[in-house]
Amino acid sequence: MTEILTMVAQRLALGLLTLFVVSLIIFLGIELLPGDLTEAVLGQSATPETVAAFRRELGLDLPPHTRYFEWLGGILQGDFGKSLANQREISELIGVRFANTLFLAAIAAIISVPLAVTLGVLAALHRNSFFDRSVNVVTLSSISFPEFFVAYILILFLAVNVNIFPSISNVSPDLGFWERVYRVMLPALTLTLVVVAHMMRMTRASIINLLASPYIEMANLKGLSRSRIIVHHALPNALAPIINVIVINLAYLVVGVVIVEVVFVYPGLGQLFVDSVIKRDVPVVQGSCLIFAATYILLNLTADVLSILSNPRLLHPK
Amino acid sequence: MKQLVKLLKSAPPTAIFGLLVIVVYVFVAFFAPVLTPYGESEIVGSEFEPWGEGFVLGTDNLGRDMLTRLIYGARNTIGIAFATTCLAFLIGGFFGLLATTLGGWVDQVLARVVDVLMAIPTLIFALLILTILGTSIPVLIVVIAVLDSTRVFRLARAVSMNVVVLDFVEAARLRGERIWWIIGREVLPNSMPPLVAEFGLRFCFVFLFISALSFLGLGLQPPTADWGSMVRDNATLITYGDITPLLPAGAIALLTVGVNFVVDWFLHKTSGLRDEH
Amino acid sequence: MSTDGGKHEMGEVLLEMRGLRIEGQSDEQWHEIVNGIDLTLRRGEVLGLIGESGAGKSTIGIASMGFARPGCRISGGTIVFDGIDMTAASEETKREIRGSRIAYVAQSAAASFNPAHKLIDQYSETPVQHGILKAAEAEQDAKDLYRRLQLPDPDNIGYRYPHQVSGGQLQRAMTAMAMACKPDLIVFDEPTTALDVTTQIEVLAAIKDVVRQSNTAAIYITHDLAVVAQMADRIMVLRYGDLIEEGDAREMLANPKEDYTRQLVAVRTYKKEDAAAAASERPLLDVQDVSAAYGNTLLVLQDIDLQVERGRTVAIVGESGSGKSTLARAITGLLPPLKGKVLFDGEELPASYKARSRDQLRHLQMIYQMPDTALNPRQKVRDVIGRPLSFYLGMDSQAREKRILELLDMIELPADFADRYPGELSGGQKQRICIARALAANPEVIICDEVTSALDQLVAEEILKLLQRLQDDLGVTYLFITHDLATVKAISDEIVVMLQGRIVEQGEKHEILTPPHHEYTELLLSSVPEMDPDWLDGVLEKRKAAQ
Repeated sequence: MTEILTMVAQRLALGLLTLFVVSLIIFLGIELLPGDLTEAVLGQSATPETVAAFRRELGLDLPPHTRYFEWLGGILQGDFGKSLANQREISELIGVRFANTLFLAAIAAIISVPLAVTLGVLAALHRNSFFDRSVNVVTLSSISFPEFFVAYILILFLAVNVNIFPSISNVSPDLGFWERVYRVMLPALTLTLVVVAHMMRMTRASIINLLASPYIEMANLKGLSRSRIIVHHALPNALAPIINVIVINLAYLVVGVVIVEVVFVYPGLGQLFVDSVIKRDVPVVQGSCLIFAATYILLNLTADVLSILSNPRLLHPK
Repeated sequence: MKQLVKLLKSAPPTAIFGLLVIVVYVFVAFFAPVLTPYGESEIVGSEFEPWGEGFVLGTDNLGRDMLTRLIYGARNTIGIAFATTCLAFLIGGFFGLLATTLGGWVDQVLARVVDVLMAIPTLIFALLILTILGTSIPVLIVVIAVLDSTRVFRLARAVSMNVVVLDFVEAARLRGERIWWIIGREVLPNSMPPLVAEFGLRFCFVFLFISALSFLGLGLQPPTADWGSMVRDNATLITYGDITPLLPAGAIALLTVGVNFVVDWFLHKTSGLRDEH
Repeated sequence: MSTDGGKHEMGEVLLEMRGLRIEGQSDEQWHEIVNGIDLTLRRGEVLGLIGESGAGKSTIGIASMGFARPGCRISGGTIVFDGIDMTAASEETKREIRGSRIAYVAQSAAASFNPAHKLIDQYSETPVQHGILKAAEAEQDAKDLYRRLQLPDPDNIGYRYPHQVSGGQLQRAMTAMAMACKPDLIVFDEPTTALDVTTQIEVLAAIKDVVRQSNTAAIYITHDLAVVAQMADRIMVLRYGDLIEEGDAREMLANPKEDYTRQLVAVRTYKKEDAAAAASERPLLDVQDVSAAYGNTLLVLQDIDLQVERGRTVAIVGESGSGKSTLARAITGLLPPLKGKVLFDGEELPASYKARSRDQLRHLQMIYQMPDTALNPRQKVRDVIGRPLSFYLGMDSQAREKRILELLDMIELPADFADRYPGELSGGQKQRICIARALAANPEVIICDEVTSALDQLVAEEILKLLQRLQDDLGVTYLFITHDLATVKAISDEIVVMLQGRIVEQGEKHEILTPPHHEYTELLLSSVPEMDPDWLDGVLEKRKAAQ
């Protein structure tokens, strides 16, 4: 059991280290900004006094490492600093929007995960059948579609031609749950279409890989029923790869919302992020970037740990 | 030549379709100036003119000819995506093969660095760096190539890892061959098929990625014609039921579908494994 | 039918195949791998299917269950098991028969047990799912069988997971699993091929014992005639999907009728003549007090002292984990030893190959176990053999071409092979190319690492003869690493026996092979199967008496 704990601890440590490095990279962004940030924000006509005041306010007069640790320390306490664009507390800005993003990703996940896993398993079980081949062509195509293409097609059919869903997913905190679900339906469907293809193909591949193993042949030669082979022999071993596939795609969902949010003008973190990049609102970019990266790293870490925990060789050491 | 014909005959319809798409796109990209009725960013009419004579596909939000922009878009977007993919392969492939062939701490250090880089979501990372460096075509190419090279590195490393442990590589080492000879003659030729397939997949990814950036307004900058930004600029038409903005989006989709079909066939042929991400 | 004291009760026909044809698919084309085989098996009879790779023996064995592996199909003929036509039976019927009336024992038990379940659960699954026994009864049976198969701690071993027990134990647990429903027929598919000789003999004894006691019919598939001689009442010799010869086991071994069978029976009788060591001042290769380890773990080599005289063949023999291959890696410098040194012709070699001069590298060449992976599939034979010529000897293209042809001639291959890729060659031909590549460097010592283990027996013997001829002609020195005592007997002048990283015994061949032996050498020697059908019983009796 200690072996497995060490492995999990190692992964966690590596994840923390990665987060640390990422925060460093994000922070160093400021240092590398060509020209001075102040100039970019205040314009060239700013007087030396205002520039100095601005620098003091941002702490730009302090040495970089001091600023880095202050920045990091602040974030750990939930203080991301203030937006350059509108002087609002970034934590407030980000909080609501991140919740929105997670809501959208969750809805998409609820639709896509069961769908993808079912399709993947079915395609693997009926390998090379007409069903498998057609699913292959369809998913291969939908992987290749840019997200905005899928999004606009859905808008065209489901919002313009037939007005079922709103083409703009405007949500505000006072909306009821079902109203919210209704409004995010189109972006959620877009994400679903994109992510189902990936997830389904990976599920199919890992099941096929598994079905080729000698112990499945053995189970066949023991005269076991098909359902018994699938449930008792394939599934316990397929769990690890499938969990892995799901979690990796969840990570992709959270990060991949950026474009979909822009298309549907959904007030999520992705939208804020892109806006801030265009405005060069550096503290907001840093904050959202860190949150995206942390979510992504955490989910991938979860996938790692889960696949360690579901490996019988590690669970039952010699 | 005969072999090529035989090979094509055995190809499934999806692969034939994919090959056709690629050939047409390359042709269009090459002969863009000859094929287009107007200049790339020439304003020839009023805004959002409908399809018809003069402007086969209408005009865009600034009154430029849609068809002309589409054709030039092929040239710009494909060209940049291709250059980026090549650069990504040069960087990732080189370091990947070097890591496995040298082994030891070089391999460990490179692999850990790439692990960390890959733990950061690409789109987010790219946006961050573009905020810092600003957007221009060389910056775009280098940034995306470097980010994408981590994926190439990982694949090149995984594939060549299975090659460097083979006895013929050990035999070459024991013979006293230099590292470059071992990489070039022993390891690389035996790692090719998955890398070739990966080139197709990475190209699709880069192509979609650049289009996405442009769509967000952070990729290719105006007035360069580019499919991603064309979708963005004309998106409002969708709400009136006009499908014109879907054309550049569809053009992107068609090419990536085509490449993916060909890669799928190639992988099936060489029966290598397909890394989905 | 059988004349040997009725050790089996043989009854009516249990399995009958008529004109069985099986096709395999490659490059999207079907071609026959079994070309019309007739096979009859009676109740209680053990039939040996023997042949080299590609003989179709395993395919036939598995077809008795009405099963064809993915990419294969039964294309003609009938398979009648106890009145049921398995080629025409419904999936449901076949499913009922599989496991309960015909059971299968696979070559690799490690891969054929499901890693997610305990051994005993996998045992009781068959009888419980077929509705023959309740789980508790099945578990009790399992423990009894484990005991009969001489597994250690039979009451508890079943509660372990497959990766928690050793290879030999797993193979016995798999045999137990096959016996779970007291089937009429068990198909053994090379059950001992992956095991060390000393483990093999235990598993063979266990299998023979339970098969005999339960009077089960069996199809025993192997490439090793000496193994099948111990197990089978009757033998069918197969080659390329055709039947070569069929007959009573004892009779066939005593009087093989067909040429091919005769060759198989005679294999491993090749033996080099004893040659006395020439007196010399110093050994050509001198390994002094070498210890080595991978990483910081346990020592895999401890205090190895070894001398090889010029022009002789020293065989290093040991089972898996004995450190014999590690010794080769330490000598070549791939794994620099922790202590000790390697001297070549009196001169100390740098520990790592990276620090050795081109000439030092040239003197020490290596031939590998798997000719498939030892040759770069993207290089033509010309480039493979030509590279050492230009690299070490600086030959220009003309001289190189001439030498390549000479070398091809030496390894008895025609000149036009120079333009072929390794993929176009057979296993034996590839190994010849590897020999030519080693010779191209004009080496003093060639290290042969299990060079014949991946080859079929007849091919392996040809390779051994070739190596011997080359030594006679060129005076090259061999360090021969192998687990196979027949190879050792065939080619060596001196023998070094290794066990767990240490040398247990070393000396001239005749000294080592004539008693009294070291305890472990004795065990090794007595575990090698012989063609005599009474060999296994004899050894077991002797061992029992000694205890």
